[in-house]
Amino acid sequence: MLMYEKFVITLISIFLLSFNAIAGSSGELVLSENEKPKKIKDCFEKLNRVTFSFNQGLDKAIITPIAKGYRKLPDPIQRGTGNAVKNLSTLITIPNNVLQGDLKTAAINTGRLVVNTTVGLLGIIDVANKIGFPKYVKEDYGQTLGAWGVGPGCYLVLPVLGPSTIRDTAGSFANVLGGDPWYNASIHGNNEFLNEGVFLTSKALSGIEFRANNIESFDNLEKNSLDFYSSVKSLYLQDRENKIENQNRGNIEVIYKNEEDWEEIDSQ
Amino acid sequence: MKKVLIILLLFNINTSKVYSIEPDVFIQSTVNRASQILSKNISKQEKINQLKSIAKDTVDIKGLGFYSLGSARKNLNESQKIEYFKLFEDYFLKSFSSRLAEYTNPEIEVNSKKVLNVNYTIVNSVLVGTSERPEIKIDWRVYTKDPKNPLIRDLIIEGLSLARTQKEEFSSILNSNDGNINALFKTLKKFSKN
Repeated sequence: MLMYEKFVITLISIFLLSFNAIAGSSGELVLSENEKPKKIKDCFEKLNRVTFSFNQGLDKAIITPIAKGYRKLPDPIQRGTGNAVKNLSTLITIPNNVLQGDLKTAAINTGRLVVNTTVGLLGIIDVANKIGFPKYVKEDYGQTLGAWGVGPGCYLVLPVLGPSTIRDTAGSFANVLGGDPWYNASIHGNNEFLNEGVFLTSKALSGIEFRANNIESFDNLEKNSLDFYSSVKSLYLQDRENKIENQNRGNIEVIYKNEEDWEEIDSQ
Repeated sequence: MKKVLIILLLFNINTSKVYSIEPDVFIQSTVNRASQILSKNISKQEKINQLKSIAKDTVDIKGLGFYSLGSARKNLNESQKIEYFKLFEDYFLKSFSSRLAEYTNPEIEVNSKKVLNVNYTIVNSVLVGTSERPEIKIDWRVYTKDPKNPLIRDLIIEGLSLARTQKEEFSSILNSNDGNINALFKTLKKFSKN
């Protein structure tokens, strides 16, 4: 990557995080022991709703038809693709395990990556899972920032990529600033096998695989929501809270930290 | 006389136990009822109608309605409350039963429970995975203030609370309409009619 591109991305990241710090001080999500979680602001709601509509149009016209086509592929191909993109994601998970101080999981995930990339034929077969490795949990730089105590900042809807927050968007810039070895090898690897096209294809496959696994859930949610935009926002933010807290079943204390509403209702 | 008293005492203890329902047993029996309906060879609309009937028996619709409204509930007058509950019940039953009706022959296994306090127990279950979908974790927040009549207050699917999502959805509609409760009423009516 050219030097000035890195400089611009660094500047944007600093801007986003400093904006986040300002927003955080005016009442963003804080989960300290004695405080109840505060609502995450939707500072750009009008723009977010426009972007959300654009994404829905794109989804209906292009992404869903491709995802439906993908679902018609033979099961082994779908499973192999899913495993391969999951294997690539461990390249981002491992540094984040380290940054969060979870060296044991970093070591396990390194073992998983080595086994799956070699014996598992570039990750197509999840050998590690078959031989009893613990369940894989993805981590990213947004989660690490959250684990370090950085608040989410305002809610954002990104074109094509969908729901995010200022913190998570800033975190994802770390991938292109050297934090994603797969990106580095593809874009700057100077080898004949990897290039930008391979990287973008892997990212597109990851997105299509996710969409294909959730066609019915999304349709169901859209059909039964009063305000689909708001439902997606709520579910995304709950999911991120759980991931930062490393709670795969949801954190009852986080979900119900604000008990006053139920308590008031009980006393009526 | 002593014998009669002892028998009466035992009978009393016994009957109080009979009427108290354990939250996990309550959830397993509820999901079994729902599962039976979803497996029947009947029309989707008929399934929805029967699921609505189960939801009326087992969900604290009134409590959930109050919760979903957030702080706006404090500003409602009596006639607005009556109107809101009617609209909320119609909306909730339609939304809840339509979501469930999408599943055919779901198998839900109740695994464990965690008593939070005298009022609440979380029941952990899983929707058993099939070749078409992975296993899904579903937790049920059961209101146990009246142990003889436990009621569901929330479903937490893979860590995502439906009650919280619904509350934030209602809040968004109110915020977009300067807190006008009639805008929410209109949206609820529109949803139930469609």
